[in-house]
Amino acid sequence: MKIRNPQSGEKNELNMTSMIDIVFLLLIFFVMTFKIVEMEGDFSVKMPLAGSSNSTVDPTELPLKLRLRSDDTGTLVGMELNDIQMGNGPEAFDKLRGTIIGQIGSSAPVAEEAGEGPEVEIDTDYNLRYEYVIRAITAVSGYKDGDQVVKLIEKIKFAKPRR
Amino acid sequence: MRVKRQKVDMAEGDMTPMIDMTFQLIAFFMVLINFAQTEANDHVVLPNSKLVKPPEAPLVFPIVLHVAADGRVYLGGDDYTAETLRIGLDRELAVIRGEGKKPADANVVIRGHKDCAAGEIQEVVRVCQDSQLVNFALRVKEDRS
Repeated sequence: MKIRNPQSGEKNELNMTSMIDIVFLLLIFFVMTFKIVEMEGDFSVKMPLAGSSNSTVDPTELPLKLRLRSDDTGTLVGMELNDIQMGNGPEAFDKLRGTIIGQIGSSAPVAEEAGEGPEVEIDTDYNLRYEYVIRAITAVSGYKDGDQVVKLIEKIKFAKPRR
Repeated sequence: MRVKRQKVDMAEGDMTPMIDMTFQLIAFFMVLINFAQTEANDHVVLPNSKLVKPPEAPLVFPIVLHVAADGRVYLGGDDYTAETLRIGLDRELAVIRGEGKKPADANVVIRGHKDCAAGEIQEVVRVCQDSQLVNFALRVKEDRS
């Protein structure tokens, strides 16, 4: 006997409208909240109040004093490391790094534990833009050798602000 | 004359490729979205440095200070000057002491605007030092160029 199936030719289709609505809402949410993440890192420095430090200063170590001078607009006009002029252009920071390598005696990575080794005191004019201070800290902290970071000086402190 | 009514099929476009693409876009944005950017502040554009790397472990007891170009210091939801910052720091230190820790255990994260006066940062550091804080992290943007 032949069974007649009246629904045989019809397709069962789901109603996609509500799903597409939600999917678009999600998409709009993610597009609106999307922000390209900029990688950030830290220069970690231990700066106790002057006089409260328990560490003893090695008298044989030459104190490193970095003086940064600025004009009224906050632009770097001069940089001196222990009275050695570094200049003020982009090459000044390379010269500073080279001098630091010469001062601490070796271009090899600092082998001591963090907190040991030479210290540099940064004495900057009040108006100098912070960007230059970070560039100076970068120059004295180390340099990149390929993908590896070679550390130079890890102890950094600020002198009293010059008003 | 009787007109024979024809059954008209609704013309439906094939939605499959569009839905595929939409799901791919959602997956892309979901993977890249970062809800942990709570430390960022619109007033601060960080200077950059080639030496820094993103920290592998989060800092212990971080106190994040945003120093804007005009020298205002943002801590939590409030803004201070270098002179009034002590009030905000005392509040943070009370929380740290409440957990049985010392100020020296805290880490001060300084997010200074690249164009702010270095003296302002020095003032902030000095105020923190007066509050017995010793660990500082000068936050900068990683320069990959």
